[in-house]
Amino acid sequence: MAGPPSTDTETLRRRASRAQSQRGTEEPPLIKWALIALALAFSLVFLLLPLVNVFAQAFAQGLPAYWKSLTEPDSWSAIRVTLTVAAISVPLNVLFGVAAAWAIAKFEFRGKSLLTTLIDLPFSVSPVVAGLMCVLLFGLQGFFGIWLDAHDLKIIFAVPGIVLATVFVTFPFVARELIPVMQSTGSEQEQAALTLGASGWRTFWHVTLPSVKWGLIYGIILCNARAMGEFGAVSVVSGHITGHTDTMPLRVEKLYNEYQGAAAFAVASLLALLALLTLGIKTFLEWKQARAYELAQRTGEK
Amino acid sequence: MAKRKFNALPGFDLTMGFTLFYLSAIVLIPIAGLFLKTLEISWHDFWRLATAERALAAYKLAFGASLLAALANAAFGTILAWVLVRYEFSGKRFIDGLVDFPFALPTAVAGLTLANLFADNGWLGQWLVPLGVHGAFTPLGVVIALTFVGMPFAVRTLQPVLEHLEREVEEAAATLGASRIRTFVSIIAPTLLPAIITGFALAFARAVGEYGSIVFISGNIRYQTEIAPQLIVEQLEEYNYSGAVALAVVLMVSSFAMLYVINWLENWSSR
Repeated sequence: MAGPPSTDTETLRRRASRAQSQRGTEEPPLIKWALIALALAFSLVFLLLPLVNVFAQAFAQGLPAYWKSLTEPDSWSAIRVTLTVAAISVPLNVLFGVAAAWAIAKFEFRGKSLLTTLIDLPFSVSPVVAGLMCVLLFGLQGFFGIWLDAHDLKIIFAVPGIVLATVFVTFPFVARELIPVMQSTGSEQEQAALTLGASGWRTFWHVTLPSVKWGLIYGIILCNARAMGEFGAVSVVSGHITGHTDTMPLRVEKLYNEYQGAAAFAVASLLALLALLTLGIKTFLEWKQARAYELAQRTGEK
Repeated sequence: MAKRKFNALPGFDLTMGFTLFYLSAIVLIPIAGLFLKTLEISWHDFWRLATAERALAAYKLAFGASLLAALANAAFGTILAWVLVRYEFSGKRFIDGLVDFPFALPTAVAGLTLANLFADNGWLGQWLVPLGVHGAFTPLGVVIALTFVGMPFAVRTLQPVLEHLEREVEEAAATLGASRIRTFVSIIAPTLLPAIITGFALAFARAVGEYGSIVFISGNIRYQTEIAPQLIVEQLEEYNYSGAVALAVVLMVSSFAMLYVINWLENWSSR
């Protein structure tokens, strides 16, 4: 009888109670591992394999073949069209997003919730319908078709039409990211800057913009990813003129239909890379935000 | 706007004016244009075009496949979200970051790679096709593509709710003698249900209008794997504007109805 037995029972009791409480808020190991296995299988089939497959197929015939399919004139032209369209439509929507966020976040007015609902509207319109609406306005049989034709302006089946369709489908991205961020920063700092004699523009550039920059960048990269990757809306308005109005996603479809699988995957791999880059920046921004929040919490406690 | 409170910040008129102008030019006028065009079609013709046999087959596929895909996402998306929030395992951060991949990936690329994966000689197809699972150029392929594009919506809607779930309530239930299954059924599930339904609705709405990924994987077989947006494109290629407009209006009205339901659901679940 070495040692008081009470300690042992005490430890056992504690151990038992700990096991009890773990059993209370946690699943049995078997179920836990089954759930993890299911989740991993699901993400393997629907996330990892599709991603890896793009690059595996793109490089299936070696690096020189990959390079050749990208620099081939028609694919190269598609890359240029995509970059041009994004370079026009993203800044337009950024300008709109900033203006809309300023009006909605900093002022009170009637009909605000209606306005925010209307801004989100393009998200619930099927991309093909968006393209159709552009055709109905600017196509030959459209509302402005005869006038445009008389003035020799080409919108549908040309780059301006692609820009228009892209602007429509990417319309809400910047505004919807920026509105909540601008709302949460309030307007006291701007009021202070104005009281100290700064002009409206100066206040915007030096006070508002720095405080919302991460939200703005987030909106821009999402908007850009969609602008470069849009398929449905652009497919309706582009007219599929090889070497002129094919964007990268349209080029992918054309190559696929011509049974040039490796070339289709080569162009697609650039778009997949864009998606990965977008995700990378997004993760970085979230990490940065979480750190800033933590820092603010810690300094707040002191 | 008459009730505007005094506000020292400048720029309301400028930014509001630009917002309304841009919104009208890009969004409202085109949508109005579509509905105006509908008025040119007689009611009888509209009904005939919108309910043609091929159109009905396309709606059935679009809604049926979207429903199945949204159900798959509600089930597996919930498991994935649960595992990502509750458990620790290696590669967790990587998978968590990858959940947004279908959202960031252009739909054309998604369709291309999925069609290739499930084709006879693809990485998955070479095992599945001998078992009789044809994932490419079948209605099943449409479901697969729609599950892919809808997945982030299901997972990301549920994740924050799971993170904010109070463990104390579960502990209390356990202390009071409830088994884990009982705790799950009567404590956890009711709290998660609104978010699961909202995620389901978002994934469903996203799937109904989807076009890019399906073009590649469906094979566009008439009456079998043709979805509504594909029919619109085909009508346009034949310069049959009335047919395209009739289908577009049906799609648009149904997606606005879904938007309304989703808004209602989000209000209900945040209460």
